[in-house]
This record gives sequence, structure tokens and C-alpha cells, in this order.
Amino acid sequence: MAVKDYIRQRFFPHMWCPGCGHGTILNALLRAVETLGLKKQDIVMVSGIGCSARISGYVDFHSMHTLHGRALAFATGVKMSKPELNVIVPMGDGDALAIGGNHFIHAARRNIEMTAIVMNNRIYGMTGGQFSPLSAHGSMGTTAPYGNIDHDFDVVELATAAGATFVARTTTYHVHELSDFIAQAISHKGFSVLEVLSQCPTHYGRRNRVGGAVDILKTYKNNTVRIGSDKKQENPDLIERGVFVKKELSEYCREYDRLIAREHREAE
Amino acid sequence: MNKTPETTETSENIKFMQGNDVCAQGALYAGVEFFAGYPITPSTEIAEQMAMQLPKHGGKFMQMEDEISSLCAIIGASLTGHKVMTATSGPGFSLMQEALGYAVMAEIPCVIVNVMRGGPSTGLPTHVGQGDVNQARYGVHGDHAIIALTASNHQDIFRMTVEAFNFAETYRTPVILLLDEMTGHLREKVVLPEPGAIPLVKRLRTAVSNGVDYHPYLPREDGRLPMSDFGEHHRYNVTGLYHDMWGFPSEDPKIVYGLIRHLFDKIENNIHQIARFRKYYLKDADILLISYGAAARSALHLVENRRRRGEKLGLLELQTLWPFPGEIIREACRNVKFTIVVEMNMGQVLEQVRLSVDTPEKIFLANRIDGELITPTDIRNIKRVIQGKGI
Repeated sequence: MAVKDYIRQRFFPHMWCPGCGHGTILNALLRAVETLGLKKQDIVMVSGIGCSARISGYVDFHSMHTLHGRALAFATGVKMSKPELNVIVPMGDGDALAIGGNHFIHAARRNIEMTAIVMNNRIYGMTGGQFSPLSAHGSMGTTAPYGNIDHDFDVVELATAAGATFVARTTTYHVHELSDFIAQAISHKGFSVLEVLSQCPTHYGRRNRVGGAVDILKTYKNNTVRIGSDKKQENPDLIERGVFVKKELSEYCREYDRLIAREHREAE
Repeated sequence: MNKTPETTETSENIKFMQGNDVCAQGALYAGVEFFAGYPITPSTEIAEQMAMQLPKHGGKFMQMEDEISSLCAIIGASLTGHKVMTATSGPGFSLMQEALGYAVMAEIPCVIVNVMRGGPSTGLPTHVGQGDVNQARYGVHGDHAIIALTASNHQDIFRMTVEAFNFAETYRTPVILLLDEMTGHLREKVVLPEPGAIPLVKRLRTAVSNGVDYHPYLPREDGRLPMSDFGEHHRYNVTGLYHDMWGFPSEDPKIVYGLIRHLFDKIENNIHQIARFRKYYLKDADILLISYGAAARSALHLVENRRRRGEKLGLLELQTLWPFPGEIIREACRNVKFTIVVEMNMGQVLEQVRLSVDTPEKIFLANRIDGELITPTDIRNIKRVIQGKGI
């Protein structure tokens, strides 16, 4: 099937700002789904609220546009009640890790087979540029007009500590890697987390004087390295990309199926 | 208590159990397949029963990280075509308001049990209260309509639990079952109905075939909206935003108006189908008591006690609190000298009763708000004060 067959064409052009990275993530996601050969009716996309969340309206899967931060909670019910479905949960950085932080760590801990994609533009875009828990210390936002005094989360470290069994990071500059990581994350038999650095030229770029979309993409190119690169030793400020965690652990839905089977056996 | 078992009593189906366990039994009878919840007194036993029973029935139980995610999870599970429930109490019910509004807006069938305790805040976790009546109706931000049911004894807890599932499916809406700490933890006899004794409403699924445009949010002539399970061939969108008949966000004033009207009308226009109540000695009553839940037990006790002494007391026990059955109340109050609303709050149903009748000055309140069950004597004392007799 062609990539265009996975989208709801009547809603295009999309509503994201010119230069936004989220469209690139949508593109890579569709290519991953195509590569995996998944059927449209076997995929449920559950999103929360924010710029990122609008992605669910554009894909021709079963789609749920839910509440701010709660996408993983809704998705958990979908997956648990029909485990044969592929559940993909794109979230924004505030969505996933501020208001949704608790759901995020608990979904990771349960190891329920879903794919969480954190579309990290380091700012609340839809409400107009407030700092998020992924905005760096010192960065600017409308609610941090004198610079952000909060410290940010490292999504990879947080997801790893919370027990996610697949954890990866890439950027919207590295589009082939992005598509590959999404495919790996969807195929993973457990809870997978993929952080994607995604540019917001409109709010983050402007307020932090880091230039337009192309400039931010260049920083993704220049300021990130593959895991294990020697450059990281020389410059600890570089951000690592790659698959950080990939391990096997009993998956939640399968574990429950075993529990049911055990109870039935004992009942007989 | 007066009970009307749906089934002949046998040694097999007579049980002695607590109200929360009866609620769980009712849910299983109704066909619950997925339960997500978070422990909270005084509702925890429902989750415990679900954890125990659901795997044996092929269903699934999840303990979530909080009440927010509990309601979100069952909404997700409802969309895959399952009958779903969660149970909580005051603080948890407060946390659920956000997702409750989502279920109202996206028209997702689900049952939310709130075993009421004393509030506000953490209040009185192990004591009885009925302070969440208005929260059930108005806790969600934005205009909406809701169905809320209650029960005063175990036979009725069983039946109303089943009814809650039936209404959720019929009207494609969340339904709130407002139990209380006293009936939830009380142990008394219940006769478990035979399968089929209480009719069950199955989910209405669309007959639209694959490849034909399906409208998940286009009501049929009778107001019902056939659903399609996630995972089946129809792919549509579900959102908490105002949406068109395909489920896609819309700000078109005509669509917004049509949807909010629909959300109200599907419930308020069916008030007579949804109203559940019990009438005790109403025919010749000249003093009427109106009550519900645990308070109705004391009210009924007083009525029966006074009847033996020749006093013409009657009781109207409400089992549907929302939509409020105003016409039924008005009719019942018409020919009595005065009415006493018996409840364990500051007069939440009292207010509604006064709005429903022609002579609100003849409606009085007998309440108790100290965490203790209102007694027949408490009600009798109020009655005597109204009658000018002194306590």
C-alpha cells in the first residue's frame, strides 16, 4: 500500500505551522507502518492534547483524540481489552511528562505492549510557548520570561528507570533512522518509548533565538551523535541517539492471559 | 426491607453478603468484561471482587495508578466493544470528572460506581454520607446530562447495577451508580436472580457493511447510535472536542448546537424510561417521605412503624436521581399535607423536590450530616416539629 493510503487525505494540508517537525514524524510513522505491512484496522492511535495530539486525526487508523496527558491510560484499556491490536501513542513533551508523567512511568513499569512516541519540541506549542518539563534549564518561554529555573527530564533515563523495555531517541533531521526506530518500537513485544526531538520554530525557535526550522534541524545534525561515539567523550553536551534499551520481559497482556488460563485449568 | 426477588429462592441462590460484593455480582450478571480501578474506602471490595471473579469469567481486571487512569482505561476498553465498569468513592470520583466529561462527549457506554462517604475532601472515609448527588449531576465542566442511579438494599443494588449497564448501552452514555458506605458494607440477604430473569441490553452495533460510509455519531430516528468496535473494519475518530457525525472535530455552530442538544435530549427526553422508584403506602398517605439509598431504610422503617399506629405515612424511594424525576415527585406531593425529604446531606435532593412542586413551602428536610446513619427517630422528631407537637 502507498503511504497516502494510510492518511485521511481530506484533512490535508495539516494544521501544523510551516517548519514544524511533527509532519516529519507523521511521514516517518507512515513509512514504518508500510514497511511492517500492518493493516489499517489493526492499528489504534491514541493521542492526548496539544500540537502533537492532532496527528491522530490525519491517520486512517482507529483513532482516539483524548485528554491532556491521559493518552496512555486510554490506550492501556484499548490494548488490554483487545491485545491483538497495535497501539501507537504519540504524545507531546508536556502531554507525556508533565500532566501525563504518572501514566507514563506506570505504563513503562507494566510493560504493556504499546509504542509511546514523545514528540519533544521542548515547549507547549498549542497554548503559545510555555516552558515544559523538557525545556532546558535557562531556556525561555512565555511563562519563563526571565529564563527557566526548572531542570528538565531526560526522557531516555526516565523511561529506562521506569522499566520500559525498548527505549530509543532520534530527531526529525535523521528521517531514515526515525522511520527505522518507529518500526522497531512498534515491533517490540513490550512497552516501547521513542523520544523524537522535533523542532518548533514558531515558539521555541523564536523565543530562544535559535533561528528557524532549518537552523534547529542543523543543531539536531551537529549536536547529536550515535550512542558510543567518541565525540561524546570529547564533548559531554552532545545528545546521544540510538536504541538505548532493548530487552525481553514478560509482557502485561500475555501475563494476564496466562493468569486466565491458569484459573480456568484450576476451575476444571 | 421490602424486597422483590426476581427469582424463586433456593438454597443455592440465597446469599448473605455485603452490598459492594452484591454490586460486583450484579456487574458480572450484566456481563462486565473489563474493570479498572484504584483502591479507595469504602468501595475497595468491588475492585477486590472483580480481581477475583473477572479472570474466571474470561474478563479482565486492572489496578491502575489512580482514578483518572481507571476511568480512561475503561473508556478505551469500551471502544473495543466490551462492557466496562470502575468503582470509587468521593476523592476518586472527583479525579474522574475529567474523563467522565469525555465519556459524556464521546458517548462511551461505561458504569461508574461511587460508594459515597462523608466529604468534602478526604472527609469521613469509613462513614456514610450522601453528599455527592449534585457532584454526580454537575461535577463535569460544561453543560451535559447524566444518568445516576442508587439503591437502598441488596436486592435493589443487584438490580440497579444491571440497570446501570443497560442504560449505558441503550443511551450510549456513562451511568453513575451512587451507593453509600452503609449499604456498601452492610451484610444482608440477597437472592441472586437466575440468568435471564433481568433482561440485559446488548451493545447496539452498526449493520453498515465494510466499504460503506459509517457515521458513529449520527443518531438513528430513535436517538440511538449504533457502534463499531475498534479493530473492526470501520475506522473512525473519537474526540472530546465538538465533532461531526464521523467523529472529527468541528466548530460549525450548527454542529455544536446539534450535538449539545442531542446529549441533553437523549437523556432528558427519556426521563420516564429511566426513572426507577419504589412507592410504599402512597395511595392514602397524607404525609409523604421522599428518600433514597441508606436513608430510605430508616424512612421505610418509620413509615411501617407509624402505619401500625394508624398514621398515614407514605414513602417514595428514588432509585433514579438523575435525570431528576420531577413529574413523579409533583404527582406524589400533590395530595399530601406535607413532604419530608430524608437524606444525609444539606438538602441536595430537597432542592430538586422544591423546584418540582407547586407548593415548595410544604417540603421539609430531615437530614443527618455527622457521618452517622439517620435513624427513624431522627425523622420522627422532624415530623413532630412540623406538626407542632414538639419532640
